[in-house]
Parts: sequence; structure tokens; C-alpha cells
Amino acid sequence: MPTYLIVEQLLNGLQFGVMLFLSAAGLTLIFGVMGLINLAHGSLYMIGAFAAAAVAGATGSFVMALAASLAAAAAAGALVEILVIRRLYDRDHLDQVLATFALILIFSEGTRWMFGSFPLFLDVPSYLSGPVTLPGGIQYPLYRLTIIGIGLAIAAGLFLLIARTRIGIRIRAGEADREMIAALGVDISKLYTLVFALGAALAGLSGALVGAIQSVQVGMGEPVLILAFVVIVIGGIGSIKGALVGSLLVGLTDTFGRILLPVAFGTFMEPSAANSVGAALASMSIYLLMAVVLIVRPTGLYGRA
Amino acid sequence: MKLKSIALAAAMSALAIGAHAEGLKVGMITTLSGGGAGLGIDVRDGFMLAMKQSGRDDIEVVIEDDQRKPDIAVQLADKMIQSEKVDVLTGIIWSNLAMAVVPAATAQNKFYLSPNAGPSALAGKRCHKNYFNVAWQNDNLHEAAGAYAKGAGYKNTFILAPNYPAGKDALTGYKRMYGGDLAGETYTKLGQTDYAAEIAQIRASGADSVFFFLPGGMGIAFLKQYADSGVDLPVVGPAFSFDQGILQAVGEAALGVINTSQWNKDIDNAANSAFVDSFQAEYGRLPSLYASQGFDTANLLISAAGKADVKDQDAFRAALEAAEFDSVRGDFAFGPNHHPVQNIYVREVIKEGDVYTNKIVGTALENHADAYAGDCKM
Repeated sequence: MPTYLIVEQLLNGLQFGVMLFLSAAGLTLIFGVMGLINLAHGSLYMIGAFAAAAVAGATGSFVMALAASLAAAAAAGALVEILVIRRLYDRDHLDQVLATFALILIFSEGTRWMFGSFPLFLDVPSYLSGPVTLPGGIQYPLYRLTIIGIGLAIAAGLFLLIARTRIGIRIRAGEADREMIAALGVDISKLYTLVFALGAALAGLSGALVGAIQSVQVGMGEPVLILAFVVIVIGGIGSIKGALVGSLLVGLTDTFGRILLPVAFGTFMEPSAANSVGAALASMSIYLLMAVVLIVRPTGLYGRA
Repeated sequence: MKLKSIALAAAMSALAIGAHAEGLKVGMITTLSGGGAGLGIDVRDGFMLAMKQSGRDDIEVVIEDDQRKPDIAVQLADKMIQSEKVDVLTGIIWSNLAMAVVPAATAQNKFYLSPNAGPSALAGKRCHKNYFNVAWQNDNLHEAAGAYAKGAGYKNTFILAPNYPAGKDALTGYKRMYGGDLAGETYTKLGQTDYAAEIAQIRASGADSVFFFLPGGMGIAFLKQYADSGVDLPVVGPAFSFDQGILQAVGEAALGVINTSQWNKDIDNAANSAFVDSFQAEYGRLPSLYASQGFDTANLLISAAGKADVKDQDAFRAALEAAEFDSVRGDFAFGPNHHPVQNIYVREVIKEGDVYTNKIVGTALENHADAYAGDCKM
């Protein structure tokens, strides 16, 4: 395999990982701070994409669409937190799973009711479309490079937010000891709503960014939700750093699994069968990665025991 | 509790038997929620439009949503057969669901009319006298794409499809008619939404053309990413990725792409123009390929119900085999394995005003039957 192809696939894996990070960061933040398993995270991702598609359709501006995705997902997140999630913090994970699964169904059917069952149109803006030539003669879509840039910038922003700001201190304190920070006079319910809205906004933004190169349709969030859970389990639940490392690992494993496994099987099998077996194994690769990580480190890479 | 529910179930099934004494009961299991719901909704709407136009109130249709999950489809089929006592099942979109439901339903002496999925197994060795496919055998549209590629002089195609029964049928079908070399052959994950890795392989493969079968949202994602990647090899595909329901979501990236279909809205016959007009009037959108298949399935059923009582299975089956209805595809006939023998056309994606749609530019295969009919012993 030529070097330029490997570099291009490396970029693809990186981009896929960065996208996963945006979804996984919110999920792990919410779990870390509030101890809540939020299955409806994928729905917030979908809401972001639909809001972006609607606004892009109405105004023609991609920047406005991204802003709308952030705002809509954050608003939906805050609303859901106040109306439903708040009642779940003290209950066990099974109740949380049940209630947030109900939210998935409500959001999916609600979206279908508002926007119909057919996929919506959302495209890459003209100033970001098409490929650029990188050093070494690699042609790579500008939009995917932009996604990598935005994702890494958000990752850096999140680290700063958590490590350097007052809200970050409260979030970390909330993770460590909920009762204590409430006793110290921090309005814990406001903090929870804020964290939930932040996680939702990240998911919404990720939905909008991805929606431009994929399809904006009802149910688009669930496959991402599963991947995001894999990422946070690998990275260690509750750890932002773990989410970043985990998502890059998953992105790279998935991308290279898809291209290398069929080739590997092709060395001793008939091509058609090798492709089929390789593809089947490639779709398992990230779960195998998760299993291996859990065997070596049962709490995930950066999880606390 | 348990006793009570058994008693209730018994009472309900007694009621169902009572209601069942006259007329024909149809159970439709199709995908109405989640990803891929657009396909099921189109099949349902096409089917119900034909029902409404027929004015027959002795045919009852029960509709349930399979959520694109095989286990749910199986549960629904059991419920429809055992407690609803339907005579005919129909509606399934996806081949993996069809493989889970159809053999069990036909084994229990129910008729199954497929408005979409046509897995190769059910056309060949595991065919059944009570199973009719009104759409196509899975390979058909891909065979047409292969025939088109051969005619267009493509010599080195890169082919890809999802790793599930219909995906394998697709690549097999394409290769059967294409005859040239393959620059690459890739199976993707079912439901995959990011194709960057595959597009990079296409770019590096030295292919002169690309054939892909990625139905629904997968196709939207692939086409948008392909258009954005700067690879500009010609693309050929079956109609599923260029269907009315998804073309608007793909947008300009699809313009000019060649795809193959057994139906298009510009096929010139009275049944078709009436269908296109009445579908638009009823639902406010252009019909898709899936809607046309639902419409034909219902009309086939109505034609058979007009000739024979479903209780007389042999007579009803003969009436289905005769297929005496006005298909929106023009001439329609079943082959010996109850799959269509039909023309498959080459379409091109065009823009009519603000709406992306298709027009027929040629015929890829005439009176085409499937390759598995010979393996079918009924």
C-alpha cells in the first residue's frame, strides 16, 4: 500500500475519531458529573442536525446552521434535564436507561412529526467543498480537514474549561463529591442543567457537522450513540482525556480495520470470500479493541477505579 | 395473571375468527419508524392508494411497523398469523427481515407477496408456491447496471455494497453481466455512514468507474462524500440510491448519475400516468420506486381476489400467477419461480424545476428473468 494512501487513511481515522469525540465528550461529562446514563444523547445529535438543516434551508448560511444546531441541542438538553432527567439522579441506572430510552422514541417520532420521514438536505458550504492538495500530493476534502480543526479546537477548549475556569472547578468538584459541593453553597441543580446543556450542545454540533456529509434523517443518532458508549468505556467513564484518546483509537482502528483486514485475508483466501470475511471482522474490530482494553484495564484507559 | 391473559388471547382469537369469515385479510409488516422508514411509508402509501381506488371494502389491511429489526418482524408475523388470522402477508422492505419471516409464513400456508425484498435464496432453492415477488429478484437491477457498464465500455470497475444478503446479491448480480475487470471489491458495514476510507481506496485503485449499492441514508452519505472528495469517475448504481425519497437530500451531487430501475414516473402507459397523478394528489409528493411497487402489489392482490376466494388456495394461487392487472411498469408477468420477468431501464438523474428526479434514457435488459429460476422446484 503506497504511503500517500496510508497518510490519507490516517487523516480519515483522525477525522472519524474527532467526530466521535464531540459526541462522546458530552456523554462522558454527563456520566462523570451526574452519574447518569443518557441514552437520549443520540437524539440530541439528531436534533442538532435537523436544526442545522432547517436553518441552512431557510437562510442559506452554514455558520448560522451551526449556531442553530448548538442552540437547539442545548435548549433541548436543558429542557429535558429540567423536566425529566432531574428526577433520575437518585435512581439506579436501570431506571435511567428506561427513561432515556423513552426519550429516544419521543424525540424520534416528534422529529418525524415535524419534518417528515424523508431525509433532509444539508450540504457542505461552497467555500469548504471540494478537495485541497496537501504536501506530498495527497488530495483531501477541505471539509474533513475543517472538522478535524474544529474538533481539536473544541477538545482544547474543553480542557481549558475544566482545568482553568471556575465552572470547571465546580464540575470537577461535582464529580468528586456531590453532597459536599452542595453543602458548600454551590447551586448544584443549576450546575447540572449547565453541564447537561453543554454536553447536548456538543452532540448537536457534531450532528450538524456530520449531517453535511452524511444523511440527516430520523434515527441517525443511534449508531453514533453506540460508538460513543464504546469510546467512553475504552477511555474510562467520566474522563474527557479518556474520551479523546478513546475516540481517536476507535476512529483509527475502525478505518484501518476496514482497509487492512480484507487485504490480510486476501493473502490466503479467494478475493470475494476475503472481502466478505474481512468486512465482517472489520465491523467487530472496535468491539474487540474494547474487550482487550477492558481485560488489561477494567476501568478503561483513564478511568478511576 | 397468566391464566387471565391466556383466556383473553383465546377470546380475542375467537373474535378474530368470527370477523374473518368473509373477505380477505392482509397483514402488512413494513418499516415505518427509524432509519429507512421512508421506504416502508412509500410502500404502504402506494399499497393503500390502490386499495382506496379499488373501492373494495371486503379486503382488510392490518399494518404494523417492524422498525427494521428482524426479531420484531418475526414477532409481528407470528401475531398476524396466529391471532389476526391474516390470509396474505406483505410489506417487508429488507432482505434480512424477509429471510426471517417469509419461509415461516409460507410454511404455515399463508401467501406472501413481496413488494420489495427479493433475496436470491427465496428465488432459487428455497422458493415456495405461496411466495410471490412483485418487485424484482435482488440481483436484477444490479445485473442491469452491469449490462450498462459493459455497454458503456467500462473495463475496470470498483464495486461496493453493504455486508448483508442483498449486498452480496448486488455484487453478484453486477459481476454476472459486467464481464470486465474489478479494480476493487469492498463490503461495507450495514448502516455505515462514513465512506472516507472506501473513497480513498477508490482513488488509489486506478478504477475507471464505480458501482455501488447503498440503499437509503447510506447512499446519501456516500454520494455527498464522493462528490466532495474530488474523485470524478463515473458512478453507476441501482435505483435505490437515486430514489425520489432521497434525491432531494443528496442534491446536486446526484445530478447526471446513471442508475437502473424497473420503473420510472415517465414510463408511458395509462396505468402509470394515472398512478403518478393520483399519488401526487393524495400525498402531495412524487411517488418513488417503492411506492410503485406497493401499488402494483396491491393491484395484483385485488386482481386475484376478484377471481378467486383466498380459502381456495390453488385457485387463488393460479389467479396470482396469471397477474392480470395493469402494472405501472407496462407488461408484467411472473416467471416459473414467481418472480417478475420485466424490462429494466437505464435512468439519469435530472432536475425538473427545483425537484431532482429521474428520466429514462434507455433499456438495459429486456424481458429479464432472474438467474435462480432454474434452481426452483415447486
